[in-house]
Amino acid sequence: MLSFIIKRVAQSVLVLLVVGLIAFAMFRYVGDPLDAMVSIEASVEEVERVREQLGLDQPFFVQYVRFLQGAVQGDFGISYRQGEPVLDIILARLPATMELAAISGTFAISMGIVLGVFTAIRRDGFASSLIMSLSLVGVSLPTFLIGILLIYLFSVELDWLPSFGRGELTDIGLWETGLLTTSGLKALILPSITLGLYQMTLIMRLVRSEMLEVLRQDYVRFARARGLSDRAVNFRHALRNTLVPVITVTGLQLGAIIAFAIVTETVFQWPGVGLLFINAIQFVDIPVMAAYLMFIAVMFVAINLLVDILYVAVDPRLRNQETSV
Amino acid sequence: MSMSSGAPKTRFARAWDSDLAWAFRHSPIAMVSFAMAVILIFAAAFAPWIAPHNPFDPATLNLMNGFTPPSTPNAFTNESFLLGTDNQGRDVFSTILYGMRISLFVGFSAVGFAMVLGITLGLVAGYFGGWTDAIIMRIADIQLTFPSILVAMLIFGIATSITPVEYREQMAIWVLIIAIGLSDWVQFARVVRGATFVEKGKEYVQAARLIGRSPVAIMVQHILPNVLSPVLVIATISLALAIIAEATLSFLGVGAPPTQPSLGTLISIGQDYLFSGEWWILFFPALTLLALALSVNLLGDWLRDVLNPRLR
Repeated sequence: MLSFIIKRVAQSVLVLLVVGLIAFAMFRYVGDPLDAMVSIEASVEEVERVREQLGLDQPFFVQYVRFLQGAVQGDFGISYRQGEPVLDIILARLPATMELAAISGTFAISMGIVLGVFTAIRRDGFASSLIMSLSLVGVSLPTFLIGILLIYLFSVELDWLPSFGRGELTDIGLWETGLLTTSGLKALILPSITLGLYQMTLIMRLVRSEMLEVLRQDYVRFARARGLSDRAVNFRHALRNTLVPVITVTGLQLGAIIAFAIVTETVFQWPGVGLLFINAIQFVDIPVMAAYLMFIAVMFVAINLLVDILYVAVDPRLRNQETSV
Repeated sequence: MSMSSGAPKTRFARAWDSDLAWAFRHSPIAMVSFAMAVILIFAAAFAPWIAPHNPFDPATLNLMNGFTPPSTPNAFTNESFLLGTDNQGRDVFSTILYGMRISLFVGFSAVGFAMVLGITLGLVAGYFGGWTDAIIMRIADIQLTFPSILVAMLIFGIATSITPVEYREQMAIWVLIIAIGLSDWVQFARVVRGATFVEKGKEYVQAARLIGRSPVAIMVQHILPNVLSPVLVIATISLALAIIAEATLSFLGVGAPPTQPSLGTLISIGQDYLFSGEWWILFFPALTLLALALSVNLLGDWLRDVLNPRLR
């Protein structure tokens, strides 16, 4: 178990170093970073002096190590476009994305499990087959079209919910939250559904197939033979045993939610890090792109690592396999 | 299917009798989605001859025609358009045909690129094994941790920032193809590597090695033909994903340039006019994209079931 964790952590560090190298190469060699910092009138000597000051005349490896040192301390330089430290910009945008991801994740997990259990228990019912075929169409629909469809229905035609922005925000010290006002909550509904729908169908299909598998097992049949109620069998015996794979997939999907937030945030003009990244690509704002790359990499690597470790911790059979290898 | 040289009739008859063709003739879903895909691809390929207007020729455009609803005469010019016109007075039906051309061109090229790259790396990794295999598959593992759309966005961003400003617009399509292709090679490499691993140990490969054929010849002429059917399945499903990825990137404004609008670009233009009630500017391109993605997707699903009975 311990050697497995050490191996995985080492692998994660390697991934981060590689991604850091890409980010650094972008940062350093795509255009001259000095162009953005020094005024046009600066003399050649002056430019050289700044170059020396910033250590840009040092060998590649030394600069890379310095970049990593800066990155670890949260120093990603100054945004070309906004002229502010990149870290501040990202931190200001982060709560919006986190709230959106949290709400849509909750939506995807709860609805996914409920619908998955439902379609598994009533596998031949009309409602189940309807839900299953709808989910097929849902998977083929690109995320941005789902968002536009929801906007058209609930904002344009029915005028119930806002189509863009976060609504009214409350400052709670560390960040500004939209969870405490009615308009903030209303603004969250459509983006959360857009972002969570795909993940919800995935979780639903997974729960359904796992449930069907478990319901065939002997211990479920014995439980029924003992005269336990359907409710007890379905939830206490069957559902519980389907949750291990669900936890893994859900964990990995968390990363996908952050990535697809880029699309959702653009459709709904949600002021999060995803929108920031898209704008950075459009305006070739290299420091912001590099920082976002690092941020996403850390996030993904951490999630993967955690899921892997959780998986081994939850399922003792894997633990034995791992030690025998 | 294949009707090249020799006796075309027997070839055709043999193709008609093959398992694949038999399964095709007995699956309504496959036939309908195949017909739909073929119609759409033909419409895109022959867009210049089918489209009533050339949306990229400013001489034929009349701003007065802007925002004409579908199949209703325009109030000023009295012209009528099957699917209406957009904000610039361009015929929506024509822009869709031309847009689909770009979407399909990017989709096919990106999948082709991913396929060549993935097959090559997969063959090399599977055939040579050892540290070559370890390096290639480690890279694949790392890339798989990130969603492919994100990888495509990053590659597009990096490539755009490397290209000089004056070339950006004309390079955008190629950058898009490389970005989507690079984000999608892993699937091919994994499958081909696995199959190569198995094929490598078989007698025909050993025989080929004994008579002194080079590794490249063995990989390309002997192993490759035997690993093609899973590649075909992945290629079809990848095509649907590539079309959706292209549309998403273009919709976000990090894909096809405004001068070469793809379906995604058209949808993003349409989104601006949704609130003022000009629904057709968005609706028809969106419907086309959905039809394209759905038909290719269904075809891929069907192919997977036919070529891989174990998965059924």
